[in-house]
Amino acid sequence: MSIVFSQNSPIYLQLVEIMKLKIVIGVWPVGEKVNSVRDLALLFEVNPNTMQRALAELERQGFLYAERTAGRYVTKDQQLIEDTRHGMAEAYIVDFCENMKELGYSKDQIIDLIIKEAK
Amino acid sequence: MGTLMEIKDLTKRYGHKTVLDNISLSLESGKIVGLLGPNGCGKTTLMKVLTGLIKDYTGTVLIDGQEPGVYTKSIISYLPDKEYFSGNKRPSDMFDLFEEFYTDFDRKKAENMLVDFDLDPMQKMKTMSLGMQEKLQIALVMARNAKVYLLDEPLGGIDPLSRDKILNTILRNYSENALVIISTHLIHDVETIFDSVLMIRRGNLIVNKQVDEIRAESGKSIEEFFKEVF
Repeated sequence: MSIVFSQNSPIYLQLVEIMKLKIVIGVWPVGEKVNSVRDLALLFEVNPNTMQRALAELERQGFLYAERTAGRYVTKDQQLIEDTRHGMAEAYIVDFCENMKELGYSKDQIIDLIIKEAK
Repeated sequence: MGTLMEIKDLTKRYGHKTVLDNISLSLESGKIVGLLGPNGCGKTTLMKVLTGLIKDYTGTVLIDGQEPGVYTKSIISYLPDKEYFSGNKRPSDMFDLFEEFYTDFDRKKAENMLVDFDLDPMQKMKTMSLGMQEKLQIALVMARNAKVYLLDEPLGGIDPLSRDKILNTILRNYSENALVIISTHLIHDVETIFDSVLMIRRGNLIVNKQVDEIRAESGKSIEEFFKEVF
C-alpha cells in the first residue's frame, strides 16, 4: 500500500489519523488484534520506530490497548468509536459548508443540493 | 539499542581542500538514517572513512567501540556508489564469493531477494541493465546479518517500481540491533523510512535531526526543508 503523506505535518500523526479511520469504519474490527509493528511499517512503507510511535499514541488515546505480551488490540469502547465517527463527520461538514459558502451558496441552497444529491 | 557509531571532530583533507570539516555525531542501533547533501559535499568520503577505505583522517571514529579496521569491516555491509564486479560473473558466482568472504552472509535470504527482484541467478552481469545490477548489489549487501549497513545511493539508476521493492527490502530487514545509513538525493521517495537525517554542506554537518521533529518545527517535508537549507 502506498500512502501519500501530506507535506507539512509529522508522519506519525498522519499515521494516527489513517489508522483511526480504519478503526472507525471497521476495517480494523472492534476487539481484533492488530498486526505487529514490523508488518504495519512494511504495509505503510514507513520507519518501524515511527510506526511504533503512532501505535503508542493510538494506545494513549484509547483506540488500541495492549495485552502484556500478546500484542495490541482494537478498543472495545463503542462509544469512543462512535464519538470519533461523529467528530470526523462534523469536520467534513464544516469544511464542506465553508467551501460552498465561498462559492456563494446560501444555507437553503446547500440543503436543497444535498437533498437532490442524496436521492 | 545503544550507541553504535561515535564520530568526534572528524576532518579529512585532500591537499588544501577540506572535504570533511570537524564532524561530530553519534548514532544508535535500530535506526535508519538518511545522509543528504548535494554532489561533492562529502557524503561518499564519510562513507569511505566509516568503511576503512580512507585512513588518513583526523579525529575519532568508533564503530561498535572500535576504530575502522578488521573488526569493523566484519560488521559493516557496504554498498558502494559504483558497481564493483566483473561482467562475466553471474549472481550465483557472487553468492559463492560473499559466502566465502563474509560469515554473516545469508545465502537463502539473498536468493529470495533475487526472486523478489525478478533476477535470474544464472544471467551474466554484462547482459544486465544498470538497474538489474543495482538490485543484485542490494540483495548481496542486505543479505548479510551486519550491524551497520552503509548504502551509498542505492536508488541511483532505478525505476520507481524497483525503488519501492528496494525500500521494502530495507524495511523488511530492519533490526533493532542494526544501524542503516542511506545516502540519497531522492529525498521525496524515501523520507518516510528515515528516523533522522544528516545534512552535509561543503563538508560540514549542518543538520542532524529526527524527521518528525523537522516536520513539526518547520511545517515542511524533508525535501522542502532540504531545498530551503541548500
